Amino acid sequence: MTENERNALTAPGGLIETLPPVELLPRVIEKRIAGWRLCQICAVTLKQPENGGVYYELSYSFAREYELHTFRLVLPQEEEIPSISQVYDCAFLYENEMRELFGVRIQHIAPDMQDKLYRIDTQTPFGRRK
Amino acid sequence: MAKQSIVPFGPQHPVLPEPIHLDLVLEDETVVKAVPSIGYVHRGLERLVEKKDYQEFVYVAERICGICSFMHGMGYCEAVEHVMRIDVPERAKYLRTIWCEMSRLHSHLLWLGLLADAFGFESLFMQSWRMREKILDMFEISTGGRVIFSVNRIGGVLKDIPPDMMRDFLSRLSDMEKDLRRLTQTFLTDYTVNTRLRDVGFLTKEDAISLGAVGPMLRASGVAYDLRTTGNYAAYGNLDVQPVTSNIGDSYARCQVRIGELFQSMDLIRQAAGKIPEGPLAAPVKGNPNGEFFMRCEQPRGEAIYYVRANGTKFLDRMRVRTPTFANIPAMLQTLKGSQLADVPLLILTIDPCISCTER
Amino acid sequence: MAKLKRSPWLLHYDGSSCNGCDIEVLACLTPVYDIERFGAVNTGNPLHADILLITGGINSQNQAVVQQIYSQMPAPKVVVAVGACACTGGIFKECYNIRGGVDTTIPVDIYVPGCAARPESIIDGVVQAVELFQKKHEEFMRRHREEKHHHDGK
Repeated sequence: MTENERNALTAPGGLIETLPPVELLPRVIEKRIAGWRLCQICAVTLKQPENGGVYYELSYSFAREYELHTFRLVLPQEEEIPSISQVYDCAFLYENEMRELFGVRIQHIAPDMQDKLYRIDTQTPFGRRK
Repeated sequence: MAKQSIVPFGPQHPVLPEPIHLDLVLEDETVVKAVPSIGYVHRGLERLVEKKDYQEFVYVAERICGICSFMHGMGYCEAVEHVMRIDVPERAKYLRTIWCEMSRLHSHLLWLGLLADAFGFESLFMQSWRMREKILDMFEISTGGRVIFSVNRIGGVLKDIPPDMMRDFLSRLSDMEKDLRRLTQTFLTDYTVNTRLRDVGFLTKEDAISLGAVGPMLRASGVAYDLRTTGNYAAYGNLDVQPVTSNIGDSYARCQVRIGELFQSMDLIRQAAGKIPEGPLAAPVKGNPNGEFFMRCEQPRGEAIYYVRANGTKFLDRMRVRTPTFANIPAMLQTLKGSQLADVPLLILTIDPCISCTER
Repeated sequence: MAKLKRSPWLLHYDGSSCNGCDIEVLACLTPVYDIERFGAVNTGNPLHADILLITGGINSQNQAVVQQIYSQMPAPKVVVAVGACACTGGIFKECYNIRGGVDTTIPVDIYVPGCAARPESIIDGVVQAVELFQKKHEEFMRRHREEKHHHDGK
């Protein structure tokens, strides 16, 4: 990690690092071993400017003391990613919410609420963009 | 093996002010597991960013929750101000700090009242809320509203607290302090209160960190973590804040921490009132936001994160709030395991649940 | 209020409210605004309640709950919708999970506006609800006596 990145960790807003989806689980396990706690997970639905295709930007934020480190994943709509609830128990709420509201394909969430966390009528209301 | 039964708890319950449903799996009177079922208060307001532009959205952000209303508005405004690189005037920052700490006072007094009602001490509930009315009077004099008072705007604040009003508020706070000390002594030393709160709902330090607990829930288990000490928002950088902690980790400790924060808030208001400079109330706002930012602040219930993503138009791409109760729910489910059925409403109340914040 | 013979029991339910109106309803029951001086008492049991104070809009999750509470309350009963969200859906009217105000599910007698509704408006609404309840009770007793008379006369 560079000097700038280390300073960004304690600055307001923290450090945002983009990762390929395949590196998510190993980096999360590293964070768990180093004693970071899971702060939040969120998703944004965006459109590709060239062809209008829909994709997701996922942000996994971790905190230790007053540092904030966010992993950013850019995920095409059809791609699947593994759940991190085996590493961080409390991730189940965030991941169930992302799957139910956005339609992000997360596998093996424990416990899996089967899209019944909020029990809404509308299917993936955040999964489309105007 | 003892016989297991499932008892549904909520959504309508005399003790809970908000609808949440829990299926409690019981063996005799002991809770073995609790399965939550939420969604009653889910309005889906985060999608309103597509219909209301970034300046109008302040009104929606304030109505995420009526108790934490001011801080939600402030958190959203600060996130957008960081994205647009707006320099908020010093006076506005101090005013925000003062209203924040008054919000914390009213929220903790509200919680103390509901806690007393939950274990049956109704006169203590009435007294706590009577004290709280004095804070609401101060809100009404300075902003015009009692619970939802729209004083935040992108760039600063809309109303001022002139010096004579400030002196009046400080003298009101001093009068309140004596009564408050007597009231909180009852919470800390009365025999019935102690019997209901001590040794109930333990949360160890390791569990609190690994389950992602925040706020007084975390501080009562011995972790000194308070975002106001970073000084990254409002005027907290110029004030002296020490986290209030306890090493015990049970419901009594959480009560103790929140009572300690009551007096800390009064002290912070006095510090801010002594240092507030003259100046304008808001900076001008031009153009549209473009970029993203994670803003963290310390609400009465714990750490809240506001994520704002903008694309250069007047409608934001995304506004996401991760509220403290959302982070405390796994810790609450952990404390429910092994507790008695009669303690369940009390344990749910010790995380200071704000279900409307959680479900948005 | 001199003709008030009964003291009505209030039930408060929060259906998707942000809590602003709920804490103002609770503030009405505590010192300073004290609604108990009009004889109203807060209960947690729908089977004991006469007046229902509802805050917040209706969505598919709480529609059945609200209908059940309404059917559990014994007649005569009065429903008061407190706050802008309970009247029409309020600022959240366009959200995907809100169907509208309380009158989409159960009949509402009194609407109290405000966001959050002030305790003075809520007390005004409850006082009107108590008078309406008085009228409904007299009508209910009159019909009950007529039916009994008709039944006994057979």
